[in-house]
Amino acid sequence: MDIFITILQILDSTLRLATPLLLACLAGLFSERAGIFDIGLEGKMLAAAFMSAAIAFVTGSAWIGLAAGIGASLVFSLIHGLASITFRGNQLISGVALNMLALGLTVLIAQGWFSQAGRTPTLIGDARFTSLTLPFAETLSVIPILGPIYKELISGHSILVYIAFLMVPVTWWVLYRTRFGLRLRAVGENPAAVDTAGISVIWLRYAAVMICGVLCGIAGTYLSTSIQAGFTDNMTANRGYIALAALIFAKWRPWYALGACLLFGFFFAIDNRFQNISLYAWLAIALLILIAALLFFAARKSRLDMFVLGTLGTISAAIAILIWTTNGLAGSVVIPGQLMQSLPYVLTVVILAGFVGKATPPKAGGEPYIKER
Amino acid sequence: MANPETKGRPDGAVPSIELRGISKSFGPVQANKDITLRVMPGTIHGIIGENGAGKSTLMSILYGFYKADAGEIIINRKPTTIPDSQAAIAAGIGMVFQHFKLVENFSVLENVILGAEDGGLLRPSLAKARKLLGELSKEYELNVDPDALIEDIGVGMQQRVEILKALYRHADILILDEPTGVLTPSEADHLFRILNGLKDEGKTIILITHKLREIMDITDTVSVMRRGEMTATVKTSETSPEQLAELMVGRKVLLRVEKRPAQPGAKVLEVENLRVIDEKKVERLKGVSFNVQAGEILGIAGVSGNGQSELLEVLGGYQSATGTVRVNGQDIDLTGRFSDGQSRRARGIAHVPEDRQREGLIMDFTAWENTAFGYHNDPKYSKGLLMDNDALRRDTEEKMQRFDVRPPNCWQPAKSFSGGNQQKIVLAREIERNPDLLLIGQPTRGVDIGAIEFIHQQIVALRDQGKAIVLVSVELEEILSLSDRIIVMFDGQIMGERLPDQTNEQELGLLMAGMKGQAA
Repeated sequence: MDIFITILQILDSTLRLATPLLLACLAGLFSERAGIFDIGLEGKMLAAAFMSAAIAFVTGSAWIGLAAGIGASLVFSLIHGLASITFRGNQLISGVALNMLALGLTVLIAQGWFSQAGRTPTLIGDARFTSLTLPFAETLSVIPILGPIYKELISGHSILVYIAFLMVPVTWWVLYRTRFGLRLRAVGENPAAVDTAGISVIWLRYAAVMICGVLCGIAGTYLSTSIQAGFTDNMTANRGYIALAALIFAKWRPWYALGACLLFGFFFAIDNRFQNISLYAWLAIALLILIAALLFFAARKSRLDMFVLGTLGTISAAIAILIWTTNGLAGSVVIPGQLMQSLPYVLTVVILAGFVGKATPPKAGGEPYIKER
Repeated sequence: MANPETKGRPDGAVPSIELRGISKSFGPVQANKDITLRVMPGTIHGIIGENGAGKSTLMSILYGFYKADAGEIIINRKPTTIPDSQAAIAAGIGMVFQHFKLVENFSVLENVILGAEDGGLLRPSLAKARKLLGELSKEYELNVDPDALIEDIGVGMQQRVEILKALYRHADILILDEPTGVLTPSEADHLFRILNGLKDEGKTIILITHKLREIMDITDTVSVMRRGEMTATVKTSETSPEQLAELMVGRKVLLRVEKRPAQPGAKVLEVENLRVIDEKKVERLKGVSFNVQAGEILGIAGVSGNGQSELLEVLGGYQSATGTVRVNGQDIDLTGRFSDGQSRRARGIAHVPEDRQREGLIMDFTAWENTAFGYHNDPKYSKGLLMDNDALRRDTEEKMQRFDVRPPNCWQPAKSFSGGNQQKIVLAREIERNPDLLLIGQPTRGVDIGAIEFIHQQIVALRDQGKAIVLVSVELEEILSLSDRIIVMFDGQIMGERLPDQTNEQELGLLMAGMKGQAA
């Protein structure tokens, strides 16, 4: 049963670590689907992380902190929008500039405000988003397997985690079932089509950029008021870039984004738990990744492929579990955990190189729209 | 106020669209000068003019892309202002642009409803559009598959989607900008049937084109634009292509190419059993054999995508192939180290590629830089280890004079020249090298009538110097008037060979469609 609890704890940690990635990834999805590349997810999250922690500390309310975090992120979004939509500037440069600005500005203001070495004071009580216990978590925990899963894995997260995961179907629904979504997707593919249909390209893109700001704001707030209790220097730690990698990995689709963020979150969870990992565990993880990849592709293929890939996946899973249970995680050959941290980037490069399917970004992405005759 | 709309109209009909004194300037350039135009409902009205005559500007004003500096737009007797496309749509104007405004990875239905959805949710709009598309496709041969993705359907169908988009928005006035530029002859006929059907329903159709034949075939009235002005509006039945061409260009234009009979000499190019398999493992050329003699123009006709492009690429040296190609009796390398543009040029082959903007020129480079391409190692342009840019520029200016490139400014980037002048720059570069064999693809695609005449004369003059010329064109008229011999390609094969004075467009059209039997 030990191994079961370990797995549950790793998965639980996966959810927590995937949450900011997922929010940022969906934020990027909205923006990039509308044709505005946003490398500034990182900066927006960082700005939100600081502002939410600072305001939450001052007011003592996590919710007011959340509003402030979203506000800070929105300001950054609007600057990005102004630069790349209104003034048709280079979107990558604007994004990079905002990232640098956020990196310096947060520490500077934090130092001037709180004089605690560029941090905010530790948040306590209602200034943090604490874990929610879902109803019947205790009562149901006696049920074997499902009980602990409910109690450990599903229950006991901050509300922002539930919001993040809820955003996946919401994003999908907005993109594919609503007028706004149709126009949003169109404006990222061919803004001229939207323009000639009599819809404002500029407004649509601003709307997308602002949604991106709101989601990044939640992501940043989650980092400083939920995972941790306060802001620290560069606390986003490149999560914005990993979210971008996840976005590419997910081919700009909401459900795939969920998969990609869970996978990357899983890497971080493993890395957090085991600083150095034995070769056997590596093998097991590699196999698990293989399973995930196989399922990922099986879902898009014909029935026969699903069968073949599914079988392969099951066999891999069996081998993985066998290795895990017989050797444990403390084998003699040890590989540094940093390798795990690099996996999201490695996978993104693999995807971009076209080894595993092709990632086609929105066609008009990165291009300012200029009306032509 | 009197009713000027009905004045002088025996039938008393009201024009569905009337323009009065429309003017528009861009800086010092006056794109539209005091344009007056009336189009009656239930007619097809052609607007013809060379590139840069101001047709596109006028249509952009009608569709709300630009605001006119002066003038009025009156639609169905109502003075209307069109500040944006939404207003144009509301006024009943539908536009089919030359470059379609479709979202490639959307379905036909999604494209049709985009911007004209009924509510926040898509489902009801999609259902409504599906029903309407079914009705329209029965009524006007506008058959499309509503669930197909735009990127998977051909240009003919994409264009029908554009027309459906306009009809879905209840357009009464349909403006089509160069609609046949991308269509095959049979697709164009299909389009014309649709337009005639719409006209019979009382819709007003404005057709913008530079193709005289289309104007003569389908329009009821035609207006000619030249240098921003509307120079004439005439009934189509009372005019002739020659008269229209003269009105367009402002001088007499030869529509037929004047040339002496060919005097073929020795074989310059011999192609035997040429095969090309592309990277998708599709066989693009399936054993093509032909030859071209000195002093002769061989025209290769065919709907685009039937292997002509690959043939030019192989001969031009940037596509590998199997088979034999001999130039002046010597084999040329089709796969190995000497299979590149440089080696081909060394063997006396010059190439004017089909897509001049992508293969013939670098659009952001100046005219003189473009003139160097392929010939930058020429000692004429060298000064020791460096390039002699002064010599190159002098040379370019001289060429630009001789080929009447306007403006003759070698510092201007290629993209700022009109299509015809771009083509002249490429042509000058290639022809001036005195090649034995000139490969030329779509020489007059997107080129004005005046420039077409000039380009055709240059090609014929080169032939008369005893050069061999391979001409690939999708314009049958061009093939028929320029070639001394015609081969027709279909599906990577040669369907037949004809002499231009012993065949006609119908026969070639059948061969192009792969029907050999009837044509024999």
